[in-house]
This record gives sequence, C-alpha cells and structure tokens, in this order.
Amino acid sequence: MPTLNINGKNTAVEAEPDTPLLWVLRGELKLVGTKYGCGKGLCGACTVHLDGEAVRSCVTPLEAVQGREVRTIEGVQGQQIDALRQAWTHVDVVQCGYCQSGQLMTACALLKRVPKPSNEDIDAAMSGNLCRCGTYTRIREAILLAADSAARTA
Amino acid sequence: MPNLKRRYIVLGTAGAVGALMIGWAAMPQRRRLMTDKPLALSQGQVALNGWVKVSSDNTVTVMMSQAEMGQGAQTGLAMLLAEEMDADWTQVTLEQSTLDAIYNNQAVIIDGLPFQPNDHGLIKRATGHVLGKIIRAVPGLQGTGGSSSVADQWLPLREAGASARAMLIGAAAALWRVPAGECRAENGRVLHPSGKSAAFGELAQRAAQLPLPKDVTLKTSAQYKLIGHPVRRIDNAAKLDGSATYGIDVLLPGLLYASISMCPTVGGKVAGFDAAAAQAMPGVRKVVKLEPAKASSIMPGSTCGGVAVIADTPFRAMHALRQVAIEWDHGAAAALSSETISSDLKAALDGKDGTVHFHTGRVADALKSAAKTIEAEYRVPFLAHATMEPMNCTAQFKDGAATVWAPTQAAGFASGAVAKALGIPEAKVDIKVPYLGGGFGRRYLSDFVVQAALLARETQGAPVQLLWPREQDMAHDYYRPTYLCRCKAGFDANGKLIAWQTTSAGSSMGAPSFIDMSTDGASNTAYAFPNARVAHVTVETAVPVGIWRSVAHSQNAFFVESFIDECAVASGKDPVAFRAELLSGDARHRRVLSRAAELANWQQPLAAAPDGAKQGRGIAIHRSFGSVVAQIAEVSLGEQRQIRVHRVICVVDCGVAVNPNLIRQQMEGGIVFGLSAALRGEITIEKGQVQQSNFNDYAPLRINECPAIQVDIMQSVEAPSGVGEPGTPPIAPAVANALFALTGVRLRSLPLKIA
Repeated sequence: MPTLNINGKNTAVEAEPDTPLLWVLRGELKLVGTKYGCGKGLCGACTVHLDGEAVRSCVTPLEAVQGREVRTIEGVQGQQIDALRQAWTHVDVVQCGYCQSGQLMTACALLKRVPKPSNEDIDAAMSGNLCRCGTYTRIREAILLAADSAARTA
Repeated sequence: MPNLKRRYIVLGTAGAVGALMIGWAAMPQRRRLMTDKPLALSQGQVALNGWVKVSSDNTVTVMMSQAEMGQGAQTGLAMLLAEEMDADWTQVTLEQSTLDAIYNNQAVIIDGLPFQPNDHGLIKRATGHVLGKIIRAVPGLQGTGGSSSVADQWLPLREAGASARAMLIGAAAALWRVPAGECRAENGRVLHPSGKSAAFGELAQRAAQLPLPKDVTLKTSAQYKLIGHPVRRIDNAAKLDGSATYGIDVLLPGLLYASISMCPTVGGKVAGFDAAAAQAMPGVRKVVKLEPAKASSIMPGSTCGGVAVIADTPFRAMHALRQVAIEWDHGAAAALSSETISSDLKAALDGKDGTVHFHTGRVADALKSAAKTIEAEYRVPFLAHATMEPMNCTAQFKDGAATVWAPTQAAGFASGAVAKALGIPEAKVDIKVPYLGGGFGRRYLSDFVVQAALLARETQGAPVQLLWPREQDMAHDYYRPTYLCRCKAGFDANGKLIAWQTTSAGSSMGAPSFIDMSTDGASNTAYAFPNARVAHVTVETAVPVGIWRSVAHSQNAFFVESFIDECAVASGKDPVAFRAELLSGDARHRRVLSRAAELANWQQPLAAAPDGAKQGRGIAIHRSFGSVVAQIAEVSLGEQRQIRVHRVICVVDCGVAVNPNLIRQQMEGGIVFGLSAALRGEITIEKGQVQQSNFNDYAPLRINECPAIQVDIMQSVEAPSGVGEPGTPPIAPAVANALFALTGVRLRSLPLKIA
C-alpha cells in the first residue's frame, strides 16, 4: 500500500499506482479543494505543490509522488500564501471561485521562486491557469500586491 | 410612432391569462413576504418573515433562493435585506431557501416579454402585471438567469428587511414602554434616545409574536449604508482555502461515483454495449444504460443517450468506462455538418423575407429612393459554455424520496424533472444547491440532474455522484446557436441614414415557443431609424441549443454594432458622432456613449502599442437586461498578425449601483468571456459530431492575452437592472470595429480572423 506525504502527514492510500494524484486526493482522501477541470493538464484547476513546485495533479500519477512532499490548498502554509489570500480578499478576485485553488497554488509557487515578479513573470507562470469568469486582471493586481506586502513583512 | 409588431406572447397566452384573471379578481393581492410553509428553525432562531431569520446569538440569516455561480448575486441580495433591516453586516449569513412561490423569479420572465424596452404602454404593463400574479402562484419557477436576481428581489428583499426592522423596533418599544417612533435601529441593535439599547437577538422572540406591519417605508438613497458601497463578497473566504462546496465536492457517507460516455452524434443513443470487462474491474458496482434525457420541461432538446459506470471511486468509474464496448445508434443527424447547417441558413434567407419583429416607416421605398446603399452578411458560430466545473450532480433515492445536490441555475425546474424521471411527487424531492463552478446559462438545463437521479435508482439507496468528463461536457452542451444575418442600409444624397434592414436566420435558442428571443438586441435597439425592418427566419437544427451568457444579444450586438459602424463609414462620419445622432431620442444611451468616448480620449490620436505596433480603436454600445453598456477596444496586430486587445474602456448604466465592486467584476468577466468567443470561440460539427473536446481546441483567453479593463459606472436613481450578462455583447463588435479602424478590413464573421 503506497504511503504519501500529504500536507505534512504520512498517509496510506489504496489506489492503483497509475491513478492520477488528483483522484487520490479527491476520491480517497476527500481533499476536494483541488479541482478537476480538464484531466489533461490544460487548465490548472488541479494545481498542487510537489516539493514546493506547482504541478498539475490530474496528469501526475500516484507512483510519481512517492517519497515527495505534496501540499494542497487545504495544507499550504507560509508567508506567501498568507499574503496572497489577503491580497485576493482585498482585490476581491473571486467570482465562481472554482479555478481559484489552482490559481493560488500556482501564484504561491511563483512568489516562492520570484519574490518580486514582473508582469512577464506573472504571464509566464499564470498562463497555464484558466478562469472562465475572467478574473485575470484582478489576479495580476493581487499577485503584485501580495509581493509588495510580503516584501514589507520579510 | 413606430408600428411595433408585438410578437407572440400576447396572442399566445391571451386565453390562459383571460381565464386566470377572472379567478383572481376576488382574491386579495399577495405580497412576496410570507412562504406557504413556515421556515424551518434551529434552536434559538425565529423567522420574522419568509426572507429572514434571527438567532439569539444575533445572527441574521437571509433566505437565499438564487444560485451563486460567480455573479455575486448572493452578496448583492443579502445587502438589500441587511440595508433595510439595519443589520450588522458582519452578522449576516445565508441559507438556501426552499422552493416557494415568493422566491419565483418574476423579472426573468416578465423582462423576457418581447416588448420594446422603452415601451411603457398599457398592454405591456397589463401583461406584466397579470404574468406577475401567475408567477407568484405557480411554484417551481425559482431560477437564476437573465441577469435578474437583484432586479427581481430589489423590492421584496428590501420590504422584508424593513418589515423585520419594524417588528424588532416594535418589540423594543413594548419592552421599554416607549413609543416605537422614538426608537431606531442601527447596526444590529435597536436604540432609544434614553440610552436603552438591545441587540436584534435579544428582541427576536418578542418581535416574532407581533403581526406583520401593514406598510413599511423604505429608505431613501441618502440613508443607504450598504447599497452603493463596494462591499466585499460574502463567499470570499471559503473560496480561498478550498472549503467552498461545489457540486463536484459533495461528500456523503457511502458515496459512489459515476462517469458517463454519451453518443458522440447529436441526438444519438446506445444501440448496445458489452460491459463484461468493465464489470470485472476493481470497485465497479454497476454499468447502466441511460436513454436520452430531456433538457428541461419547458425547453426543447434532449441530451444523447449513453452508458454510465458506477464505482467506489471517481477514477475507477472513469477508468472502467473506457473498457465498455459501446455500439451507438447515431440517429438522424449523422450527416450533419457545419457546412450543411450554414447552407441551410443561407437557403432560408435566399427564399424568405422572414417574420417581421420590428418595423417603422417604409423601408422598401426608402431603399429605392436612396442615393447610396450598402449590404453586408454577418455570421456567428455555435459556442460552448465550457464552465470550469463540468456538469455533475449527486443524487440519492431511498424509500420513495429523492435528495439531489444539484449545481443548477433552475432549482424549480430541476426538482420537477427529477420527480418526473423517478415517478414520484415533487414534494418527495429535496433539492440542495451547492456553489456553481460557473453557469453562463448552461446550468439552466436539467439533463445532468435527471441522469444522476436515474443512476440513483440503481444503487440500493446509496448516494451517487455523476461527473461528466470534460470531453463529454464539451460535446454535449446546449450551444449558443450559429446565426447568419443580412443587413442593408440606404443613405440620402447628404449621407444621412434613411433605411435600415436586417434579416437573420438561426434557431430559437431553445426558448419556449411562445417567447421568441431571436432578435433581442436587434428588434429593440435605441437607434431612431426613420425607416427600418428587422426580421428573422427560424431554422432549427439537430444541434442542441440553449441560452449562453446574454442569449441573443451575443449575436445581435455583433450584427447591429458592426453594421452601424459600416453605416458611419459609408456616411463619412465619426463612429461616435454617427451613433450619437441616431440616439438623439435616448438621453441615457447618449450619456453612456459620450462618457466612454471621453474616458478613451476618443478625439485624440491613439498612441502606439508598447512594442511600437500601430493601434486602432473601435466602439460599440448595446442595451441588454435593462442596462446600457458602451465599450471601446484598443487593438493592434502582433508579429504573426495575431489580434491583440490592449485595453477596454467600459461604461455601464445599470440603474442604482447596489454594489459597485460586483458590477465591475461582472463587466470585467463579461468582457473576457465575450473576448474568448470573439477571438477563438467556435464549435464545429462533422458527421453530426462536435469536433472540439477540451481546452486545447476550445481555448478560452488566458491571462497573458487579457487586456487592461477600465470600468466606469454611471450614477443613477433608477431601479437596478442586470449586470451578469450586459458586459458581454458589445466586446466582439468593439474589437471588430477597432480592427477595421486599424487595417481597413471589415471582419463579418466570428471568431475574428485577420488573413
């Protein structure tokens, strides 16, 4: 039985090794904050952190994450995600909200890598995350705001 | 005075309306205040009317009938009640309402009547009044659509809040033995000048014993503390930590999961299948054949038949489904293609003048006498909704009763559809509406809800969650229909527009036959054409069609606002000045138009794009769902001549701006949604099958392609009108007009492609 490190806890799961991580999280572990959107790594709704990097859990098989640290929207921690959540609230980013777990996880990985991202950095990192409600302009504004506030508190 | 052809509703429903009017003559007027059945209460909670409950811990619970799909309606509606109640906004929570006639959406139906928006005549008022009474009496019309939530509940929610406030003040006055007139409410408390004060929670039990006030006085706009302010969304926090529950997130003990494969050919069904291999796979409980599911009790069309696999985990259901060998009965549409549909539309316009939806003056004579005429043919394709959350529904059927957790825009219709599918009375259906991961009109239909209910018959009482894979969602939508429109205009020797004629062809968007919405936005423009004729030929196809954010406005704004631009060019006038002249009789439109021009510095030359590329700009103005929106797009072409939209100026007049922040969000969202369609959106058909399958071949706009958007809201004291949809229609013509200004090439087909 494979054991995964999910949100800081070692968790035994029963799924077949080729099961995409997304469905282990949602179906078996009931961590449903990570969303299904396309199943092909096209929309980013399923984004989680694997050793701190943003990955698409819908195309990441269970066998590829053994021995590595998985963080989901429910368990992501630190100054970047705190700043992002505050900025998301301040700018009132969300509409339907379905894509926002993925947006936040991608943005968080970006800020960890590039604490003061340029518009081009944001385009490059965030263009894999679709939003049908059209919250893009506010996502950009919120990431810049979060980067500023994280810089101030650092 | 234009000769308005009042379309089908008056004649179509006169019989029923006449009969019902007699029955009501003796009945007292019912206000939308009290539900038929008392509200369910928890410990320490009382109901002050059908819209609000107060708890001993001071929580104010607003009964919410409207689905939250991103449009912010739940926040806006709660504000209306809290405002008049003088509740403490931080103590306000929401609870899903039951199905009751007081929550029926009257605005979406009455506003859908085919009258000119500026027509306030007796027939329109009488029809609206009588229909309002019908709607109040018929349960099951609760729905979220037509950009109508705030418009519909603007009065009842404020009356409910004011009524609750009066009762709380009455309770305090009795307790303190002072005149009620000396007391006032503020921020969740009742106060008396003597210094006495009590929280709503302390007064609620006494207040609930008092009779409903006969009359209430609503606040003036000067007294508003919430309305008009950019209050933050109620649903923010839950949507930032993964805790918000969408349909796909419903978790229940013993939950089973289902995946589905439907016939790829529109209108098709299952001929046969071999499930032996799938049934032997781990976790698989059952393989079920589903017949075509009707989309809605009032709209035509049904979803293809298919095969569903029920298993213990979502992935096992999906995985096993691939092992089911299915033989399809492709049905009558197997030869259908985008080309055949397109030729059908052309043939319809070649042969017919169409049904007249609006005419004024003498168009034929004016065209004959014109010094100059221009003609153009416009086209729009089928479009998918592609909500981020694919269609899904969870259902449980146990002891003759059903519970469904349905991410639906139409709880009333969905509940009725489940009852019918399972052969049980509607009273035995409990419908719960979680958050919707987008709606855009797709979730007004109940096909996926019916499918889940039918699967729940197969699981011996265990709940089952049906999730459509993205590919199924893309191929089994109810699409915005493809339309063709032929336009003709005539000018006198001075270049003045003297004749306007458009004839469109396309399907009816799944509307019930007595309301034809096909020329909405074309037959009821604000332009004062001296001679005009707007006609339509209905051409149905086997491709399922439905309502797509802004419905017919999505195509008609493109036709009208592009061709008006052609007329401006033909008459040698500036596009803004040309429109302003034609809008001389409509001050509201003119104000919106000139504000947009002012914000865009329309009179000044446009600077180059950041990379030095030349920019062009275009304007469009369109009224839908009661709101007027003007947009100016600034565009350039990239190195590969790809279309780039740099900035969009958007001015909206939507009456009282209940929550400016939500209005801005909806304008931004409407623009991005419309831009995805204008630049890339197209569903094509080959051999009766939808050719697009996922976000690779139906590719919405991404953040790197999103323009800067500047929204300006006009001050107004008029009752609020729609905001969820009106941002979408103007963007496609604004961009097309900008591309003309940039390149001199007029693009008349969506999606926009520069050769």
